[in-house]
Amino acid sequence: MKSLLIITRRPPAHMGAREALDLVLAAAAFGVPTGLLFMDDGVLQLRKGQDAALLQQKSLTANLGALDMYGIEDVMVCRHSLAERGLHVNQCAVAVDCVDNAQIAALLDHYSEVVSL
Amino acid sequence: MNFAIVLLAGPQDPAARSALNFARAVLASGHHISRLFFYRDAVHLATTLGVQPQDEADIHADWRAFISDNQLDAVVCIAAALRRGVLNADEATRWQRPTANTGTPWELSGLGQWVDSLQTADRTVTFGT
Repeated sequence: MKSLLIITRRPPAHMGAREALDLVLAAAAFGVPTGLLFMDDGVLQLRKGQDAALLQQKSLTANLGALDMYGIEDVMVCRHSLAERGLHVNQCAVAVDCVDNAQIAALLDHYSEVVSL
Repeated sequence: MNFAIVLLAGPQDPAARSALNFARAVLASGHHISRLFFYRDAVHLATTLGVQPQDEADIHADWRAFISDNQLDAVVCIAAALRRGVLNADEATRWQRPTANTGTPWELSGLGQWVDSLQTADRTVTFGT
């Protein structure tokens, strides 16, 4: 079975953030070996202590929490994107692996399919 | 070779035109398209209610004709479509909306169709962000 890397790049209040996570969970539900990489404004989805209700939105936290349950172990965040936004990996709401540019290049090789959302 | 083509961008984005040109080139080169999948704002392409000025290209009509002429499997993500007000007759009835604005040759279905394409096509190419 082909493996799939999904790169999510939209901020949490954007509908695109939820739609990327939906694809991750759909792929996992089909038993596809799936990795998830947060990049650019996508890293903001991980920030602890957000209250989506203030924007009359549903929180993404439940979906993030479901990643583990769906068997998605490779959850990664771009170190550079975090640093650009003044964030540290210990401010993330779920356990993620911090990856640098060289590791991201290796990931693009490692997975058979890559979707950037 | 079997291609699956995914479009994420809406009708107003040049990516909607690039994807169509690419799809035409795939067929013209003797390859096959196993599925077209429309996600995010690309679901707006499936509406039949768009009206373009007469001297401008109608991207909705161009996609519709391309899909019909080549009898392609064109799947619109149902969740993304419902959120954006793109409904076929069944969904309009189910959600008690006054009108439907999509139908043949488009089919509303789930994200699983995209996941399936990624597994079965030789190449899956995504347009738009």
